[in-house]
Amino acid sequence: MARPIHAVSLWLGAAISGAMLAIALLSLVWTPYPPTAIDIVHRLALPSARHWLGTDPIGRDIASMLMAGARNSLLVALIALAVGAGLGVPLGALAAARRGWVDELVMRGSDLAFAFPALLTAVMIAALAGPGAGNAMLAIGLFAAPVFARLTRGAALGVWPRDFVLAARTAGRGNTTITLLHVLPNIAGVLIVQATIQFALAILAEAGLSYVGLGTQPPQPSWGRMLADAQTYIFTAPRLAIFPGLAISLTVLGLNLLGDGLRDLLDPRLRRAR
Amino acid sequence: MSALLELDDLSVRLPAAGPVPLLDRVSLSLERGESLGVVGESGCGKSMAALAIMGLLPPGAVVSGGLRFDGQDLLAAPEAAWCALRGRRIGMVFQEPMTALNPIQRIGAQLAEGPRRHLRLGRGAAESEVLRLLDRVGLARISPDRYPHQLSGGQRQRVMIAMALACGPDLLLADEPTTALDMTIQGQILALLAELAAERRMALLLITHDLGVVARHAARTLVMYAGRVVETGPTPAVFARMAHPYTHGLFAASPHAIMAGGRRRLPTIQGQVPEPRARPPGCCFAPRCAAAAEDCRQSPPMLAPLDAGHLAACYHPRAAA
Repeated sequence: MARPIHAVSLWLGAAISGAMLAIALLSLVWTPYPPTAIDIVHRLALPSARHWLGTDPIGRDIASMLMAGARNSLLVALIALAVGAGLGVPLGALAAARRGWVDELVMRGSDLAFAFPALLTAVMIAALAGPGAGNAMLAIGLFAAPVFARLTRGAALGVWPRDFVLAARTAGRGNTTITLLHVLPNIAGVLIVQATIQFALAILAEAGLSYVGLGTQPPQPSWGRMLADAQTYIFTAPRLAIFPGLAISLTVLGLNLLGDGLRDLLDPRLRRAR
Repeated sequence: MSALLELDDLSVRLPAAGPVPLLDRVSLSLERGESLGVVGESGCGKSMAALAIMGLLPPGAVVSGGLRFDGQDLLAAPEAAWCALRGRRIGMVFQEPMTALNPIQRIGAQLAEGPRRHLRLGRGAAESEVLRLLDRVGLARISPDRYPHQLSGGQRQRVMIAMALACGPDLLLADEPTTALDMTIQGQILALLAELAAERRMALLLITHDLGVVARHAARTLVMYAGRVVETGPTPAVFARMAHPYTHGLFAASPHAIMAGGRRRLPTIQGQVPEPRARPPGCCFAPRCAAAAEDCRQSPPMLAPLDAGHLAACYHPRAAA
């Protein structure tokens, strides 16, 4: 069985994601320099012992900015994820429990949301409601919601016809109790895996929005903004783009590996095959 | 005094499955402390009857006739009234103990659900109640912290019974409670059910296709075929006469019948239960019945009394032995 590979992706993914989280948390209490401190004399410094990853065109320490950027990116993505799951999971569970017109309404609503290109609509929302991290969270979250709604409904529909649900009905449980006690715990694995994948997508979306100036606002550093600022120096100082680019790729890779590993770990069919 | 459970010409129609009723004018009554065995082949409406009593028919089902529990008209009852009855006053045991328990919940938590919800017990009281229940169904040495997959089939069925009994119901529906279990365990489970029913003066509705089970564990027998009651009465009377040819055919086709007769091929009833939409105009059993005559194919026979409390729906009932 291919178990070692699953284990590798799980542990590597968990290590990368954990490291990113640790860096983001560390930036709350310590960064090598204040991430917004301008030091025009040492502008565009090369990586050295003083400035580990060098400085940007106005002399801000890149390592410090990346650390603070991790905090902002993860926070926006996390809240967006909470918005998406918080809306999508209850709607999907409701659709599966009630069926009929409620189901139709929720699913056609999801179809409608799916029909719009997510990032473009996020741009529109940010443009209408004004740029900023808060609106970015809302926009990204709104587009994760239908994903969660569909997934929850589909997985829940697989649980409802099972005998222990009927047994719970004969014991006098209503739809709400059965959903909370029996349906959701049985599909938690699928939802957790989807959450890690959506988390990665949310990080990318946040970087994209910040890149076009609709996400995290200056002076708060963010990976997407750093990429945008590096554009004009792409030939003279490519490291300005490479470091935030690496940070984004590495985080997304870590989360995807984690999701992959978790899926294999939580999938009962694979577990039985071992 | 009126009966605990009364079905009065109860019919169930599923428009999605065609115009023919899946349950056709089924009447039965059950007193406290009484046991009734419902027998029949697969697809003859036994489980449908149980779901109707539980109010858990598939959406869209059209029900007519009367259904009363302890004097309460259930067909007019709102969903909230059903929820208060299910689990509290009517318990149900399922055929498949493997799938009727939530695989990711400890058995103690599943057992405690009923008492906590219906009897409003606190956490501690519920915990000791769980231990008492496990002890009562013979699982005193099984920890409530176990998961269903850590138990054997028989143990799981005992857990199911404990769950059904948790709130001290007045009526217990057991839908093929032993079909998924091996022979040695079957006897134990049925004996436990009978014992608990006697101890709590609980009415027991035992649904099965095994005539042997009914003969040993039910005071009264009701034979169903194609959604209708074809014969009903006190178990000894039904088994002594087997007035309906279907009852006789069922008995002849069960291994119990030939145990005494030495080795020979197990007889079968030719053909199968007609699909609801393909039921013949006359007696539904006529196409498979050796004794069928012209009148059987014209119109369906009604239940008619043979002797004290013993009824059969047949134009040509077998004579008393």
